[in-house]
Amino acid sequence: MIIKTHKSIPNSEITDPVVFKQRRQLIKAMLALGITGSAMYSDFSNASEAKWQNLPKGYQPKAALNATSADIVKNHTNYYEFSYNKTDSTALAQALPIDPWSVEIIGEVEKPGVYHLEDLLSQQTLQEYIYRFRCVEAWSMVVPWIGFPLASLLNKVRPLSTAQFVKFTTLLDPKSMPNQADSRLLEWPYVEGLRIDEAMHPLTILATGMYGEALPKQNGAPLRLVVPWKYGFKSIKAVVKIELLKRAPLSTWSKSAPNDYGFYANVNPEVPHPRWSQSSERVLGAGFFTPRRKTELFNGYADEVAALYSNMDLRHFF
Amino acid sequence: MLDRFLKPYIVCFSVCLLPLLGIVIDMIFDNLGPDPIQALHIRLGDWSLRLLWLTLCVTPIQKMTQWRGMAQYRKLLGLYTFFYASLHVIVYLWLDQGLAWGAIATDIIESSYIWFGVSAFVIVLALAITTPKVMVKRLGRNWKKLHRNIYIASIAVIIHYYWQLKGNMAEPLFYLLILVLLLGFRLAVWFKNRKFTKMMIPTTRKIKVVKVDSSADQTLAGQSKTIVIEEVDTEAEI
Repeated sequence: MIIKTHKSIPNSEITDPVVFKQRRQLIKAMLALGITGSAMYSDFSNASEAKWQNLPKGYQPKAALNATSADIVKNHTNYYEFSYNKTDSTALAQALPIDPWSVEIIGEVEKPGVYHLEDLLSQQTLQEYIYRFRCVEAWSMVVPWIGFPLASLLNKVRPLSTAQFVKFTTLLDPKSMPNQADSRLLEWPYVEGLRIDEAMHPLTILATGMYGEALPKQNGAPLRLVVPWKYGFKSIKAVVKIELLKRAPLSTWSKSAPNDYGFYANVNPEVPHPRWSQSSERVLGAGFFTPRRKTELFNGYADEVAALYSNMDLRHFF
Repeated sequence: MLDRFLKPYIVCFSVCLLPLLGIVIDMIFDNLGPDPIQALHIRLGDWSLRLLWLTLCVTPIQKMTQWRGMAQYRKLLGLYTFFYASLHVIVYLWLDQGLAWGAIATDIIESSYIWFGVSAFVIVLALAITTPKVMVKRLGRNWKKLHRNIYIASIAVIIHYYWQLKGNMAEPLFYLLILVLLLGFRLAVWFKNRKFTKMMIPTTRKIKVVKVDSSADQTLAGQSKTIVIEEVDTEAEI
């Protein structure tokens, strides 16, 4: 089953992969003809990942028709553990050891423990989720994730009624994540949090793949959170710990800049960042003469999630 | 003679066009990365900042080396600052925002970092308009006053740069450090002159009046120092 919201993303906003490929072929042809002496176009060293083995039967990579070009998604990541540059983290992240991987699930649950990733995945049915991904920096893309609902994992470990929040933690490994050793810009390891009802929402997923393949390391392999109605920084990468808590955890960005980044971080065009507008976004891959896209409340998922915040002042709880 | 005088100027003029050439080549070969409009926008902004900083380097270099004839380079670099800043603004208005004026208004109102960019651009625009000799003559003494606003523009530029970033401050801090040195140099000169003026001018004047004939050496020494001070004031600074 492909989960889609009622508002499908218009094709006009997305790079047609055919056009993209043609352009590359053109460039390659020009290079072959010797129009340029050196390779002007750097094809990012992103060795294609092995095809994902555990896809459900009947999986069709329809996403390729709608999604942003995979090349863009793979080379435009904010992965501050590796680099503050969105392109550099592609190469740097390849040093991350992701096999074996285990996830610690503790706190207000009946069955706490350290679980091997394979064991967790063997209990889940993987599906494709085509979501718009909106960064707090006012750019967006459309990603066909492969994953499963976070709720279905949490239900397996049985949250207690006292569990009100979920805290997620990224791997702490200064040996393979250079900025964890060298930079004090953020406090490591990276931490994010959700309210329990947000975590249990069917749109909230844990992703293990994208574009029909295993998740690339720079995109958060082997396991990342995806919360499509929140700014991208909520969708924490390389998760090693999931804690169910009675009280709200303090997320890394909120701790670092409490006036700039709140706990909720819901996409909202009406609530600007203190230093920049959130009213519109640049759709990556849209081409030079495509205007910016108007940002939607809850990133276009208002029908599904607005009820979670019905009595809240979204300017206060930003 | 004219040949020798023009050559370095033409080299400087051409070198300032190289960043634009690089950007255009990257545009043609689709080498601007996953977010090409932002890359274009940022690279033009970076170069207008660098050229502004270079413009601010001219006066200190001239003072330290006593080399005359650098004013034309200051003018050239200043105009290139305006050139790259204009391209930066055009890319924002046209490519990034698609000339949707309502959206542009919202974006500017809600984005405080843009306020500083707009302020800097307005100043640089005013300075560019008043560059021709006719304008220099027409404005007279006010020309220098107006062009001192370059200092305010440079401070606005560094805030514009710093405020749009989320975390990593290495680059704006690097440029801030250079700006502190450049503006610090002027502040030091200003302080020195003020002290100098207070201390020296009354005595020199006395010497001038009383000892014109009797101690010519002292007078000359005093006068030459006074001239140095005046130079600082009359030098058109951009």
